[in-house]
Amino acid sequence: MAFELLEHEADVGVLGIGKTLEEAFQEGAKAMFSVMVNLDDLSPDKMVRVECDAVDDESLFVEWLNALLAQKDIEELFFVKFEVKIEDHKLVGKAWGCSFDLDKQEVLNDVKAATYHGLRLEKKDKDYYIRCVLDI
Amino acid sequence: MEEIKLNEVEPYVWEINKEGDMLVPGRVYGDKDIIQHLLDDVKQGKEWNALKQIKNVACLPGIQKASLAMSDVHPGYGFCIGGVGAFDVNEGVISVAGVGFDVNCGVRTMSTPFTKDEILKVQEQLADSLYNTVPAGVGSTGDIRLDKDEIDEVLLRGAKFSMERGYGTKGDLDFIEENGFISGADPEAVSDVAKRRQFKQIGTLGAGNHYLEVQYVDKVYDEAAAKAYGLSEGQVLVSIHCGSRALGHQIGTDYLKTLEAASKKYNIPIRERELVCAPFSSEEGQKYFSAVNAGINCAFANRQAIAHLARKAFTSVLGGSGDDIKTFYEIGHNNAKLEKHDVNGELKKLIVHRKGSTRAFGPGRDEVPEQYRAVGQPVLVGGTMGTHSFILHGTEKGMRDTFGSAIHGAGRAMSRKGALSCCRGNDVLRELRDKGILVRGHSIKGIAEEAPKAYKPVEEVVDVMHNTGIAKKVVSVLPLISIKG
Repeated sequence: MAFELLEHEADVGVLGIGKTLEEAFQEGAKAMFSVMVNLDDLSPDKMVRVECDAVDDESLFVEWLNALLAQKDIEELFFVKFEVKIEDHKLVGKAWGCSFDLDKQEVLNDVKAATYHGLRLEKKDKDYYIRCVLDI
Repeated sequence: MEEIKLNEVEPYVWEINKEGDMLVPGRVYGDKDIIQHLLDDVKQGKEWNALKQIKNVACLPGIQKASLAMSDVHPGYGFCIGGVGAFDVNEGVISVAGVGFDVNCGVRTMSTPFTKDEILKVQEQLADSLYNTVPAGVGSTGDIRLDKDEIDEVLLRGAKFSMERGYGTKGDLDFIEENGFISGADPEAVSDVAKRRQFKQIGTLGAGNHYLEVQYVDKVYDEAAAKAYGLSEGQVLVSIHCGSRALGHQIGTDYLKTLEAASKKYNIPIRERELVCAPFSSEEGQKYFSAVNAGINCAFANRQAIAHLARKAFTSVLGGSGDDIKTFYEIGHNNAKLEKHDVNGELKKLIVHRKGSTRAFGPGRDEVPEQYRAVGQPVLVGGTMGTHSFILHGTEKGMRDTFGSAIHGAGRAMSRKGALSCCRGNDVLRELRDKGILVRGHSIKGIAEEAPKAYKPVEEVVDVMHNTGIAKKVVSVLPLISIKG
């Protein structure tokens, strides 16, 4: 549905909004990569699978984002499209991206980690809102 | 809303009285503006506030003397930035929050034989050469490609590994904290994911507030100390600010979970989700400490490689062998270190956490290179792209009052979003160029986010350290070239 970057004193917050929890997670991931690179510069042609679990869905969001950060460095890909399934605080997902190319991509900031700070999952009307702060 | 009171116990030193679960008082270094900003955060009910974090750290088992914050204090994750917490090795804890997500992030400064005027003649070429030689920015990879066995060697051998790969010159190791490698590192304590993330990141600067700067000494505050340090007015220096890159980030992420479980196992209340810890002497605590030491070595190896790349860039423009570009000093500011300190007249072995705080040992300590030992350890304080950085020296008073710790930088005054809305990257570049500073970076937005006005005035935070006698000013430097990630 949509994502937003949130004001934060030293770093930046990400907010994913979706009609389902899964969609909110996907949008949250997009928000995180928008901190690193101009998403319009990416034409995804590679896919990686990601699996993670946690004690609750809020913590799972942090796990998901940190798993993507690890895949970014290991596979040398910026991700832009995501598909996840969540059941009992377990996530199975796919992320599509393209290789680093500093000549073609406007890179912005690296992200050290997704943190538990500001971590919140809310359901307003019919939509899910998931947010946390990234350590830049 | 919780009320937090601060009492000025001596000029620039403010205390939070021991109350509730606090085992020691909190102590904050700051002038009235710095302190007011912290109090305003509490008054406004901000969830993220440094004073609350200082109080939380004061509740952790085994903490000694006080939970401290230096004058570059601002909210962090669990520990505030500028936070120092020293713990008894038998009764105390080790905390992920006290080290953070960039283990041994720090600064290397090198002295050069060049003067400001010599650099000005080749400023553009040198900026381009540095930008093209030192990989910087998110998505950049280095020339050093490692496999798993080689990464393990990095984690064990630190800067020595880079030296043996040809990245370094004689004498470099003598002027790095711990001589460029720390014992007690265990590669087995570092996850495969952390290692795989690092295969191509040795010798890369990273992004955010990391930088490589060519600077010149614009003012000498202490002639005798400057002489002992081999520094003089007009001299050109090179400073590198970066850390352990993705490997260090992953150590933080991995051990947040391990130590969350340990906090529960050992019944240590978790007052903030990131403020998890384990008894230092426990299996979990020792394993994390081994991983931190591995991360420390990774950062040493990284800065060593970058330093040598900077030498290459200099020689390609200015000729020579690069051997006369010498390591002045290198020190980290995100660490947990075993150190001996006087606690109420007793010399105790402590695990000292410094999160965004630089070790600042006074005269006579064995840890300080012999050439500098009479003066005290150099303290490298980074400014912004357009402002001063400082070199201070550690003092006896710092040893007594802050476990030999001082500030590490200016600290942000404005959010990244706030900086983007008030500063355009191209305007920042032009303004800096008008001041004689050339900036090279991959990200124009990143440059706007790191605009000088987004940070607190570094002079203000340095003056607090100087006026309290925790660390004394030796020289200030101004940038000529800044390479940003």
